[in-house]
Amino acid sequence: MESTMSQPKTTDELLRLLEDEHTFVTLEGSDPLESEMVINMGPSHPATHGVLRIVLKMNGETITRAIPELGYLHRAMEKLAENKSYHEFMPYTDRLDYMMPYSNNVALCLAVEKAAAIEVPERAQWIRTMMCEMARISSHLLWLGTMIMDTGALTVFLHTFRERERIYDIFDLLTGARFTVSHSRIGGLASDISPETIQAIKTFIKQFPAHVQSWEKLLNRNKIFLQRTAGIGYIDGPTATGIGLTGPNLRASGVNWDLRKTHPYLKYTDVNFDVPLSNEGDSLARYEVRMKEFYESVRIVEQCLDKLTTPGPVRADYAKQVYPWKSEVYHTMEGLIHDFMLTDWGVCPEKGQVYQAIESSKGELGFFIQSDGTGHPWRLKIRSPSFVNLQSLPILLEGSQMADTVVIIGSLDPVMGEADK
Amino acid sequence: MTFEQAMDAFRTAFSGSILREETHRGELTFYFKKTDVPAVCRYLRDQTGFNFITDCLGTDRFTDEERYEVIYHLRNLTQAWFLRLVTRVDESDLTCPTVSDIWPAANWMEREVFDMYGVTFTGHPDLRRMYMPQDFEYYPLRKEFPLIGIEGSIPLPSGGH
Amino acid sequence: MGVESAFGEGYITTTVDALANWARKNAVWPMPMGLSCCGIELMAFAGPRYDVARFGSEVFRFSPRQADLLLVAGTCTYKMSKVVRKIWDQMPDPKWCIAMGACASTGGMFRSYPVTQGIDEFIPVDVYVPGCPPRPDAVINALMQIQEKIGQHSVLMDR
Repeated sequence: MESTMSQPKTTDELLRLLEDEHTFVTLEGSDPLESEMVINMGPSHPATHGVLRIVLKMNGETITRAIPELGYLHRAMEKLAENKSYHEFMPYTDRLDYMMPYSNNVALCLAVEKAAAIEVPERAQWIRTMMCEMARISSHLLWLGTMIMDTGALTVFLHTFRERERIYDIFDLLTGARFTVSHSRIGGLASDISPETIQAIKTFIKQFPAHVQSWEKLLNRNKIFLQRTAGIGYIDGPTATGIGLTGPNLRASGVNWDLRKTHPYLKYTDVNFDVPLSNEGDSLARYEVRMKEFYESVRIVEQCLDKLTTPGPVRADYAKQVYPWKSEVYHTMEGLIHDFMLTDWGVCPEKGQVYQAIESSKGELGFFIQSDGTGHPWRLKIRSPSFVNLQSLPILLEGSQMADTVVIIGSLDPVMGEADK
Repeated sequence: MTFEQAMDAFRTAFSGSILREETHRGELTFYFKKTDVPAVCRYLRDQTGFNFITDCLGTDRFTDEERYEVIYHLRNLTQAWFLRLVTRVDESDLTCPTVSDIWPAANWMEREVFDMYGVTFTGHPDLRRMYMPQDFEYYPLRKEFPLIGIEGSIPLPSGGH
Repeated sequence: MGVESAFGEGYITTTVDALANWARKNAVWPMPMGLSCCGIELMAFAGPRYDVARFGSEVFRFSPRQADLLLVAGTCTYKMSKVVRKIWDQMPDPKWCIAMGACASTGGMFRSYPVTQGIDEFIPVDVYVPGCPPRPDAVINALMQIQEKIGQHSVLMDR
């Protein structure tokens, strides 16, 4: 096929042209040294953390414009939700932010429980709080490994993945799945925590801070790492708020906003923890905030473990809206009827709209449910933190160097499953 | 200033614009005509400190009149307030004023609403499809669009085995 | 094409086959297409515990020109399908493909408008791995099946 030269007029045209390998894109205006060019990055790129695509306009090594293009992993989550009952939609939430599936389950359950006004037993809430923090640790571990890999070091990835495998083992013990857990249920949990699991968590929590310290020792004064992150991808507080950043990305710009403190859910009012903050607003600050969150999560898990000594129910005893236990279903008539009713009709929250958000490892993960009184949501909207966080990419990238792109994306910690829904 | 005081001041300032308000599960919702949206949003940001837009989304009510809704979730980050605004868009005039000049974060959110429901945001700087391919003809989150899609609407790569 | 075409099938080609296959089998270089959730399990597959280096496949090549195994891990949408196909076309022969997970194999739980119902609609697949996502053990099993398949390969097939 012959090559053609082309000068795109619109963004769409540019994006389409870059997909075609036989077309060269030329830029307008006189540029005798030919230092201006357009570079297509992704959607299949080792450092874009999934299928993110960015088109970069370069002047030499400096980025003058960046256009992110999403949708390569759009899986119609919201449309699927409208066609499923609330329980049926639960496994789909695992696949939203696949770095911390447990929190996503909990977020959906909290939203449905708010809509249907279901009270969850104490013990279930403590287990949820604890496992959400374990999920946060596992998510941050993956972020740390991949971000440091983007700066050029593979070793840390192997270290963090070793720890992540330990967390997988804990999830395996608790839920029966190592990764996509689907452990939460509307009104409680699928199963109680076993003494064996508690012991495994205790062992992990005891050893883990020493590992984080060793990584900090490796990285915090590493000259290459510092040069690749300090002052790179700067965003100030008001801009970050305006563009909608949440989570550690916002807190690294000095805005003290954590839903666990401001709109407490689960048991976060009953545990002591600090919200790490930084005023620097660059990639290094985002790294530091997340590293400090490791210790805070460990603190929360320790406090949860103390509260789990007294046994109690882990699922609400209200058969109209909460699934009965299997032992009941198999041995009693009422249990079987309720199981059938819930599977067939589902939880029917009263008519109205609710929004419930949690602080996930990326930021504010919210579920908006518009119920029409039936077992299926009329509209379920996922407010995914990665989607909104990615919106700040043009601000962060413009003016920085080509090689910093991957580090900036790494420091934002996006997950495309969630950003594209 | 408490949330109630701020909302009372807001009610007096926009007594003519507020069509209806409701509270469900402790969440306050105001309904507006779509022409009032820019004024209301600007007031809320500047006078009441709602400096953060959490989400802007669309819904399909599947009714004859005022079929689509555009919903705004706002937050005040200093006082930890939450507020929902709703405006309705009729099928005959699928436009709504943009708020992306008030909160830059609304840019992509409005693009998503456009992609999924076909609501055009007037004044939006870069209104393109967010997720679907640019040449996709349908608006997939509309209720009449089938979940499994329409065969042949997005082609597969040629040269398959 | 080369020497092998001059001989036809016989003693020399089987010996060349045995040597080439032995080399290919134990140095399968995968091109990881980590599209979604399965991509995380793919990292575990390459990670310290499952350690795919034992099978000679630890060299993950992000450039299709240097890879001979395409590992499609995750949900492939219609929008992404053109990219996957392009990467497959860029890989040099002989090449193999693993569809990792239910989504890549059949569309899985995503029976919805943007998702292709299996990557075999546009590229040939050698091994399908069930699971959502499959455990890394299952991916190692798939890799071993690919190795078995390579064992049956003949240089005459490359022509």
